[in-house]
Amino acid sequence: MANIVVLVKYVPDATGDRTFTSDNTVDRVGVDGLLSELDEYAVEEALKVVEAGDGEVTVLTVGPEQAADAVRKALQIGAHKGVHVLDDAIAGSDAAATSLVLAKAIEKIADYDIVMTGLASTDGAMSVVPAMLAERLGLPQLTFASELTIEGDTIRIRRDGDAATETIEASGKMVVSVTDQINEPRYPSFKGIMAAKKKPVETWSIADLGIEASQVGTAAAWTKVLSFEPRPPRTAGEIVTDEGDGGTKLAEYLASKKFV
Amino acid sequence: MTTPWTTPERVALRESVTRFAQTEVVPHLRDWEDDGRVPRELHRAAAAAGVLGLGFAESVGGEGGDAVDVTTQTEALIEAGASSGLCAALFTHGIALPHVVASGQADLVERYVRPTLAGETIGSLAVTEPGGGSDVAALTTRARRDGDHLVVDGTKTFITSGTRADFVTTAVRTGGPGHDGISLLVVDTDLPGFTASRPLAKMGWHCSDTAELAYDGVRVPVSNLVGAEGSGFVAIMRQFVSERLSLAVQAYSTAQRCLDLAVAHARERETFGRPLMGRQVVRHQLVEMHRLTTTARTYTRSVVEAGLAPDADPMRQALDASIAKNDAVDACKQVVDQAVQLFGGAGYLRDSEVERHYRDSRILGIGGGADEVLSDLAAKLLGYAA
Ligand SMILES: Cc1cc2nc3c(=O)[nH]c(=O)nc-3n(C[C@H](O)[C@H](O)[C@H](O)COP(=O)(O)OP(=O)(O)OC[C@H]3O[C@@H](n4cnc5c(N)ncnc54)[C@H](O)[C@@H]3O)c2cc1C
Repeated sequence: MANIVVLVKYVPDATGDRTFTSDNTVDRVGVDGLLSELDEYAVEEALKVVEAGDGEVTVLTVGPEQAADAVRKALQIGAHKGVHVLDDAIAGSDAAATSLVLAKAIEKIADYDIVMTGLASTDGAMSVVPAMLAERLGLPQLTFASELTIEGDTIRIRRDGDAATETIEASGKMVVSVTDQINEPRYPSFKGIMAAKKKPVETWSIADLGIEASQVGTAAAWTKVLSFEPRPPRTAGEIVTDEGDGGTKLAEYLASKKFV
Repeated sequence: MTTPWTTPERVALRESVTRFAQTEVVPHLRDWEDDGRVPRELHRAAAAAGVLGLGFAESVGGEGGDAVDVTTQTEALIEAGASSGLCAALFTHGIALPHVVASGQADLVERYVRPTLAGETIGSLAVTEPGGGSDVAALTTRARRDGDHLVVDGTKTFITSGTRADFVTTAVRTGGPGHDGISLLVVDTDLPGFTASRPLAKMGWHCSDTAELAYDGVRVPVSNLVGAEGSGFVAIMRQFVSERLSLAVQAYSTAQRCLDLAVAHARERETFGRPLMGRQVVRHQLVEMHRLTTTARTYTRSVVEAGLAPDADPMRQALDASIAKNDAVDACKQVVDQAVQLFGGAGYLRDSEVERHYRDSRILGIGGGADEVLSDLAAKLLGYAA
């Protein structure tokens, strides 16, 4: 028996034009958005876990009106119910404030065994929320899982690092973040799309969670984006013509850039 | 404005089907064309994705959904880079099963409909014979009663998925001459006396195998008759309406895909120092392709929608489906031809997608009722007679 809360984020569509608001945070309102692709792996893994045993998957999102789309998509894929924390005061929140809202919402959901997340969001790409959340909830964290197995109330994951592969396990309630190597996410079938229309979605404000407006939003942010500019376009590469000494030239180039 | 075609559910369906096409179909289509068939795994993958059973009721193992949903799916598949040939190969059950479902025979539903919609078995429909296809009422494949069996003798040809089929819904003559002597019989392909030819080599639809089927004293249990004896012709004609609409959808979706490819090409390809799109004549050609495609889609969609009404008149549907098919096929012919033209030499090569659509679309005006046959039917239904 495992009830799983999956955190899903509504992010701007990476294939569309992305913009920033006047306070230098990502514009999430005026652009087309979707369920963060990396969160699809968390939804899929949670569904696999409950399908192998039993339990329910609740998806939780914090975001503007349109973030309901991310919840709906997860419900279409197969999650059982949704929670959307929606409050104007939240706009511009940094990772710390977002983790506060998520922690309070998860405490309110109460009946859960695992909190599952993607590896990062495809917009902010900070990867810190799962760890902050585990700290706030006082739970162990199994992050960057590329493989997950369950035995009783123990979960074991494989984390593939650059230099080593770690096997980590924890028991009881915990936070798990999964990578894009862990599974092949399914997409909604027609039946799933129709079934999602009848699944319950609750909308909560920060007052429902006992959070003050001063604890969230741009004003409460620990960090501030001062400026941003597009990355300059790639410049043309350097072509080494091989006149019998190609290898030497390549080695010299790499050495000059301190690659070797 | 939300129309029946842009409800949130159908937008989501379109997105899922597009993804299915992009991941499960497009990367393999060329290989399947070279093999002359699609693999069984594709049927299983399509079932898992909910694609295979769309349009069939959940009570018979389907996915649910109505004709607008099915149309949306076909549009999305082809516009994402699949093809009418792929639709023929993967959805052959779309012509092989509806009569069985409509008969309401629980035993046949369990044995043939459910496993096929689950992607486990493959079924074909065999009406056409070497002696003729357009004149269904003249078919000669004979089924003689012998106790609890019907003994089938005859030949069918041009049968889609015939080399892969586990069963064939076969139009046979159980009675006298004419249309009321025709019955539909489900024939297992592993029965003694049944043989399928090698795949017939074709101009297009290369990923869809087509066979000649020989029935030589094949003993089939009488319980495999679909509906009442002698009801075959009416059942075939009734299903022709949805088959014709489906072919119309394939035709305008193929046109849309070719238009999309041609527009992208016209922006990119430069001749005499300017992109093709910089020429007024090219822009007008593209607008003409757009006009043909859009009007065909709008008309066909309106017929699909009208068919959903509980009081839809079957004769009116038969007429409208014929006109829709002829119109969409005509639009498609012109658009694929112009697309190949705009691609130049590249458009004549196997590696360009428009070449595939050019070949594949030629059958659309022949199968499921040739253009002339449908015009003749329309004339009759309109009362144009001297
Ligand atoms: C790739 C492919 C897949 C097919 N799949 C199937 C299948 O799965 N099951 C199946 O049963 N059949 C299938 N068919 C057969 C198809 O339905 C027939 O080819 C079609 O019905 C036409 O029949 P025919 O080929 O015998 O042509 P004919 O009936 O000989 O007609 C030849 C031509 O004559 C003209 N014509 C015919 N009648 C008239 C008329 N009354 N007035 C004026 N002109 C007329 C038309 O131009 C027509 O194209 C398939 C065919 C192909 C090529």
